[in-house]
Amino acid sequence: MSVPDLTLESSIRNLEPTSSRMPSLHRAPLEIRALKSGFLTALTWIGAILASVPLFSVIYMLLVEGGSRLNWETLTALPPSAFDLGGGFGNAIVGTVVMVGIATLVSVPIGILAAVYLAILDPDSKLAHTVRFLAKVLTGFPSILAGVFVYAVMVVTMKTYSALAGGVALAVLMLPTVVLAAEQAMAMVPKKMKDAAYGMGCTRTQVIWKVVLPTGAPGILTGVMLAIAGAAGNSAPLLFTALFSDYYLRSLTEPTASLAILIFNFSGMPYENQIQLAWAASLVLVLIVLVFNILARIIGRQKY
Amino acid sequence: MNANPEMMAAGTASPRNGIVMDCQLEKVFYGDFLAVRDSKVPIEKNKITGFIGPSGCGKSTVLRSLNRMNDLIPIFRFQGKVSYHGQDIYDKKVDPVVVRRYIGMVFQQPNPFAMSIYDNVAFGLRLNGFKGNLDERVEKALQGAACWNEVKDKLKNSGLSLSGGQQQRLCIARAIATEPDVLLMDEPCSALDPIATRRVEELMIELKEKYTIALVTHNMQQAMRVADTTAFFGVDISQGSRTGYLVEMGPTRKIFEEPEQQLTRQYVRGEFS
Repeated sequence: MSVPDLTLESSIRNLEPTSSRMPSLHRAPLEIRALKSGFLTALTWIGAILASVPLFSVIYMLLVEGGSRLNWETLTALPPSAFDLGGGFGNAIVGTVVMVGIATLVSVPIGILAAVYLAILDPDSKLAHTVRFLAKVLTGFPSILAGVFVYAVMVVTMKTYSALAGGVALAVLMLPTVVLAAEQAMAMVPKKMKDAAYGMGCTRTQVIWKVVLPTGAPGILTGVMLAIAGAAGNSAPLLFTALFSDYYLRSLTEPTASLAILIFNFSGMPYENQIQLAWAASLVLVLIVLVFNILARIIGRQKY
Repeated sequence: MNANPEMMAAGTASPRNGIVMDCQLEKVFYGDFLAVRDSKVPIEKNKITGFIGPSGCGKSTVLRSLNRMNDLIPIFRFQGKVSYHGQDIYDKKVDPVVVRRYIGMVFQQPNPFAMSIYDNVAFGLRLNGFKGNLDERVEKALQGAACWNEVKDKLKNSGLSLSGGQQQRLCIARAIATEPDVLLMDEPCSALDPIATRRVEELMIELKEKYTIALVTHNMQQAMRVADTTAFFGVDISQGSRTGYLVEMGPTRKIFEEPEQQLTRQYVRGEFS
């Protein structure tokens, strides 16, 4: 009785009828095939661990360096001047929240309207293909160019750096994420559900309002939350648009502080106090981004 | 199989009722493609009219022409008349959206909305600005669709959490909640298992007391079990393309036992499909 060779090297099965002989179906752990498999599995493990090292080490550093300075004063006080002790970055938190808020108010309505057009009204038109392509290009757009663009359009014409300009620059970066996520979410609404609505006597507008938007809402909100999280941590677009301020925001048309720029400014200073504050601000920023990511997951859960 | 006495009654010749919808289809095109021609299909009140025929014979197209669902396909073109209470629903002045509010539809795949069971049934009522007691109407519709007992304790649950058969009965409840005049059913059991199919068939026979039903089915036994009148559609391939047309229509028993056309006889005997 000839025993067939089941190693990978002879993976072409012996095609003699098996009835005359019994093939061995046992595992052979020391065969080349098994060793290769074990080696490659180990490699994927190492890769996965290496990929999470930067994230965990950053979080560790932030907690160690920034955690100690995190208190009510740092969250509310104004930034200190060069040799002062104490101080905080309350104005930067407010500035970041306000500018991200402006960016959301600008990008979400435009983004969802564009997505309705792309997903439902005319998905195969030339305009839709062009917009979709441009949105994809814009997702990879260098964020500093968004700042330069808004500098030219708003800062130069209004003759001042402002929270408005900062918000619009962030909106430029959020827009493609919102458009593409919302389009995806609406395109995923099954056709049979839309047919059901038409069959009940819905107009196209009613189908969109009553079926497509509610059904796609979790996906749309996930996209919005991720866009917000991305915008909150972005500093480059704010450099040329909102600049910075050492005071609390009083008007939307004056230079405005933000966490990202505060970190950028303070981390390069030669003073221990400012460096500690930069660490604490980084921690707060990461926490804000984390909260929005968690919100995205909670809201994104399908309700029905 | 234990035959339900009510089901046995189906298919026997019964006195002619009034015609609710009179479909006088001359030609239906998708673009340049002639899909269906010359089919006169009167739909009688409080009866089940079954549409049978091989694949591609246009039975679904004809059904979907009855509530202008096909208008959602841009290249669709209808020539002929469908008179509904004396009005041609293809008249230029007619709004297809309004037509669909009077003529309900149940689809091949159960298609509840991603909402609660309650909201699914209430959908059409709210759409039409219903001001009365919503709870009462929802319960009535669910009872009418024979699924009240199964869902009464979980009206807040997702319509999508139900089994396929329950979903299809929920869709029937949703369709009858607005008391439509006519109910179009496009192979409503093709995605269901035999037990769920049986329940939907029993339901159809109950529903015809109040509504008029047009039913497309791929299953000849189903047509025999539930349809009062059966329309048999065939495919004409003589012009080089496949065009559906009405071969013969009559009381179900006659179509299955002594049809006039040779083609019908061959089809109901299972000689081609």
